Amino acid sequence: MAAATFRVDIVSAEKEIFSGDAEMIVASAELGEVGIAPGHTPFITRIKPGEIRVKSAGDEEDLAIYVSGGILEVQPYVVTVLSDTALRAEDIDEAAAEAAKKEAEEALAAGGKAGEVDYAAVQQQLAEASAQLQLIKKLRK
Amino acid sequence: MPSEKEIRTQISSIKNTQKITKAMEMVAASKMRKAQDRMAANRPYSKKMRSVIGHVASANIEYHHPYLVDRPDVKRVGYIAVSTDRGLCGGLNTNAFKKAVASMAEWSEKGVEIDVVTIGKKAQGFFSRMGANIVGQVTDIGDAPELAMLLGTVKVMLDAYDEGKIDRLYIVENEFVNTMTQSPSVTQLLPASPDVDEKLTHHWDYIYEPESKTVVDHLMTRYIESLVYQSVVENVACEMAARMIAMKSASDNAGDLIDDLQLKYNKARQASITQEISEIVGGAAAV
Repeated sequence: MAAATFRVDIVSAEKEIFSGDAEMIVASAELGEVGIAPGHTPFITRIKPGEIRVKSAGDEEDLAIYVSGGILEVQPYVVTVLSDTALRAEDIDEAAAEAAKKEAEEALAAGGKAGEVDYAAVQQQLAEASAQLQLIKKLRK
Repeated sequence: MPSEKEIRTQISSIKNTQKITKAMEMVAASKMRKAQDRMAANRPYSKKMRSVIGHVASANIEYHHPYLVDRPDVKRVGYIAVSTDRGLCGGLNTNAFKKAVASMAEWSEKGVEIDVVTIGKKAQGFFSRMGANIVGQVTDIGDAPELAMLLGTVKVMLDAYDEGKIDRLYIVENEFVNTMTQSPSVTQLLPASPDVDEKLTHHWDYIYEPESKTVVDHLMTRYIESLVYQSVVENVACEMAARMIAMKSASDNAGDLIDDLQLKYNKARQASITQEISEIVGGAAAV
């Protein structure tokens, strides 16, 4: 008798890493290693950077996949791993946010002007620009 | 009538321009294919992310994440404006900005204030010219944007939402319909309205590790990031398609111009020959 299997999908924002049936997977969750077998109760956790071992149906060897953290979701017949694309840490995120803010402030100081926005005037300008584009298209024909 | 030489230089200069536009068209075509591949590569992740969020939304969760709760009283809204870094891509950016400004004007009429973060140089230039309150920006995202580049701008807006500074978050994006068509839109990111999984209507909940708040917070942040990333990747594909079309029509226009000038050149040449002959004939008759 074939062992019970469930579907495993491991994806990251930049590519699909693994998709197939498995008898069991082992991942390092935030509070320690977890092993998921078919029919597991719904479960969701963050996972730490490390290895995910997938025991595929019929294969002798476990498949080891390295992920740099992410989220593991378990539904009775499907397990989903949403992997991060890079190592993420709170302070790195914070630094990135600071950099984005700073860049905007610098650009503003360099010559921009913040304050009152005349939406009607801006809409007018944009309408003119797209009218020009339309005209150019028409002229071509 | 311009002289033969003038027309000749004009023709050769247009031919040079045509060479450039043709090259740009070909470059854009090959980059578009790569950008489309990247779009396809991102699809499994966003699909899975949506289904997990759908599950979470349908779970009988004791913790309601602020990203899923509608705020009736809106005082300030945020926009993430996705644009290209470079121009020469037809009306792509202009059309998206038009949508954005229309949506902003609606809020502004109700006395709601507006914050903007910009992705790409064109949005930065446009919104700073119009005097919008830019709270974060990222430029030089390149042809192969990485998620890491966008995290800063997304976090600025998510933090503002967490702190209650903004009550809605929109993204201004271009949808890649096909090579000829890109459709701009303004989509609401926050509060999010995920598709609830119909099959999971019975009463159930997850086991959370470590606890529901931490996990769901983490998940929601990733969800918004993935949506923004997807928009940016799609925008690159749109940019390349739009540039390809724009450069194709520029090359065609140059071809038309050259044909016209060639005709003029031939006429001028014929006129000068005729004149010379009549001068010679006239001179011979006089002798």
